[in-house]
Amino acid sequence: MNTMTINGQQVQYEQETNLLEVIRKAGIDLPTFCYHSELSVYGACRMCMVDVNGRGALASCHTPPEPGMVIKTNTPELRHMRKISLELLLANHDRECTACSRSGSCKLQELAQRFGIQEIRFGQRDKRTPLDHSSPSIVRDPNKCILCGDCVRMCEEVQGIGVLDFTHRGSKITVSPAFNKQLGDVECVNCGQCAAICPTGALTVKAQTEQAWRAIHDPKTTVVVQIAPAIRVAMGEEFQMPAGQSTLGQIAAALRLMGADYVFDTSFTADLTVLEETHELVNRLQNDGPLPHFTSCCPAWVKFVEQYYPEFLPNLSSCRSPQQMFGSLAKYRFSQDLEMSPDDMFVISIMPCTAKKFEAQREEFQPGGRPDVDLVLTTQELAKMIREDGMDFAHLEPSSMDMPFGFVTGAGVIFGVSGGVSEAVLRHAFVELTGKPPQAQDLAVVRSTEGQRITDVQLGDTTLRLAVAHGLAQAKDLLEKIKNGEERVDVLEVMACPGGCVGGAGQPIVQQRAQSVEKRTSALYREDKGLQLHQSAQNPMVKDVYQRWLEKPGSDKAHALLHTHYGSRRRISGTAMEMGYAPQAPVDVQVCVGTSCYLKGSMQVLKALTDQVSQAGLTDNVRLRGAFCCQQCASGPMVIVGDDVVAGVSPKDIPDVMHRIRQQMEIPASR
Amino acid sequence: MLQTEPQRHLGILQRLDTVMQRLGQQPSTLIPMLQEIQDEYRYLPEDLLTYVATALNVSPATVYGVATFYAQFSLEPKGKYVIQVCDGTACHVRGSMPVYEAICKKVRLIDGKATTDDGLFTVESVSCVGACAAAPVVTINGEVYGKMTPDAIVVIIDTLDKRGDEVS
Repeated sequence: MNTMTINGQQVQYEQETNLLEVIRKAGIDLPTFCYHSELSVYGACRMCMVDVNGRGALASCHTPPEPGMVIKTNTPELRHMRKISLELLLANHDRECTACSRSGSCKLQELAQRFGIQEIRFGQRDKRTPLDHSSPSIVRDPNKCILCGDCVRMCEEVQGIGVLDFTHRGSKITVSPAFNKQLGDVECVNCGQCAAICPTGALTVKAQTEQAWRAIHDPKTTVVVQIAPAIRVAMGEEFQMPAGQSTLGQIAAALRLMGADYVFDTSFTADLTVLEETHELVNRLQNDGPLPHFTSCCPAWVKFVEQYYPEFLPNLSSCRSPQQMFGSLAKYRFSQDLEMSPDDMFVISIMPCTAKKFEAQREEFQPGGRPDVDLVLTTQELAKMIREDGMDFAHLEPSSMDMPFGFVTGAGVIFGVSGGVSEAVLRHAFVELTGKPPQAQDLAVVRSTEGQRITDVQLGDTTLRLAVAHGLAQAKDLLEKIKNGEERVDVLEVMACPGGCVGGAGQPIVQQRAQSVEKRTSALYREDKGLQLHQSAQNPMVKDVYQRWLEKPGSDKAHALLHTHYGSRRRISGTAMEMGYAPQAPVDVQVCVGTSCYLKGSMQVLKALTDQVSQAGLTDNVRLRGAFCCQQCASGPMVIVGDDVVAGVSPKDIPDVMHRIRQQMEIPASR
Repeated sequence: MLQTEPQRHLGILQRLDTVMQRLGQQPSTLIPMLQEIQDEYRYLPEDLLTYVATALNVSPATVYGVATFYAQFSLEPKGKYVIQVCDGTACHVRGSMPVYEAICKKVRLIDGKATTDDGLFTVESVSCVGACAAAPVVTINGEVYGKMTPDAIVVIIDTLDKRGDEVS
């Protein structure tokens, strides 16, 4: 235990790695934009400057504490510095606060208020940059960016992707995706954590409440709402209630008052997922794989695998996520009960997640152009609608869920936390394999907040090696270990957001995010405890659904409505690059030089092919291009000759490719 | 240009491979690779930057960030002759701006454009090339011309222009 002096007070400190942590522990809320304990220290915003005796003004976030330091946090010079910094940021900021969705939760607004800034002595920036609406999940408004780099570090460090980075320099510096492309055209997986950490309105959740109102106010439309598990323990925070207070009853009541026709619980289809996924897992365990079995409830994780690990696509569970299982059941079975056309039904999901907006728009989930889930609203958006409707949320008379998709077990409810899906599946598998229900201690190993945890679970005679990760960087690390044989696991559960869905980017924006996520997590576990049933298979309504519509887990009927498949996906939009021969030549040959194919040796293929084409004297007949990803990464290196797609090409296959080129040359001639 | 220089892209890919073999497939090899591309094309084509990101396992956004940070890299195709007019303090007081204006007039560059439509010339002002004794200084593709005047630079460009015609 060491001691330093802060504003004349003796303060003890121990583990803290920087002065800022010590100062905040001493009860002084030093302002920051760019400091987050889960990210690397960046030191850009200069708000946390303190006076260290003998060393002058230093940024406390990257100054290590030393015993005997004498610190002042509030000298006239420091106040002046902070105000100047704020004024400069504000001069460069689009200050249309009234029309900003982050008004009220904006750090810049809060600090401007806190430091009493009522006048900005510098001219307002006159140049306006267009907004980026291309992403289904996130809106990017560069005019509100304060260049703190939080989003850049979040995407790179926590999610391991790096969609955004600083570009240009000096006064022209901006944070943008590669090549100034739009978010919808690059490798973004739509997790939205950038928007969750953005201190201003530069990155926000795409607002779609108007579409919801339109459906609700249309008398011909039956509005069916599903509420995800993580919403019930977070919504209260939007209405000054403590984090982790369950408000499912109030949410249902609010939706009914707005005009929703049916209110259901996504935990119900989570129960259904448990049965389908356990069936699939047991099948894989008994029939040699493919293992490890990957969960597929998290759409950001699914897109991540599609983009970066195509070789693992067969490992993803074919089960649709609970949101999408709900969508297809509602549209194609519940509508029959109501004797109505699916076209007259509008399914709204209330999700803690921005990637669910993307998931609902996936082609797989819009058979014949009719989406299973019509609209996804986040917790934030539903809160806005409740406020718009003028309800006193905290004092609403709770209302219950509708039947049949309103009856849930604890297993379905814990889907909202990292490790929850695994635990729910294990509870069911335990019964399947041992014939008796698990005791709490049997599965306690699954509960932990570690970003990456691997554990052996004993299910009777079977030992199941289970890995759980949250944050895609952690998942990436695990996948690499699995790939190079360092780790062998049977089941891998991944949730992209820290803490799982409770920490989703659609959840309320709060000051103490980590603490909130912790409270929401324990609240969901409490919720599980308070329910009568903890095994998905015991859910009588789930049994009923199988009896009436789906036969049994894994049946053809269940597959048609509850399963899907995924394919590889390119990371970034772009054109193929010309490799030097005549661009107008009749035969188009593309060699994929995207990451997967590159790593599998597409460069050697390209070289060999070029040599062969020159030797054969066909340089005027062939347009040779290097393509960036033909989205068939698992079977690369890929070569495309005209319409022919050749997979797994190695230099020794070049004669075959040449043969195809000659064939293609003959086709136009013979026509 | 592609027809007259067949296999140019493939050539650069091979050169990039050589750079990677020499310096390792790691993020610190990024700038040497970008320099190689800039050298070949006088700008950085987007598809090649995506390729570099792939090869070095860094995100395309990071490659783009580095490429836009340094003045030595250009995302726009530059002219065959890159004329840099030094406008550091010494050159400025000795009349670099009249030289700059004379160049723009000579190569018919208007409206703040940097590169001529025929792709022959790019004209830019830079801050100090470190040859203050010879101020005002102009460099053309790295070659230094000291003690420039508006008349002298026009004569030099005339000789380039002819050479350029011969080549293209």
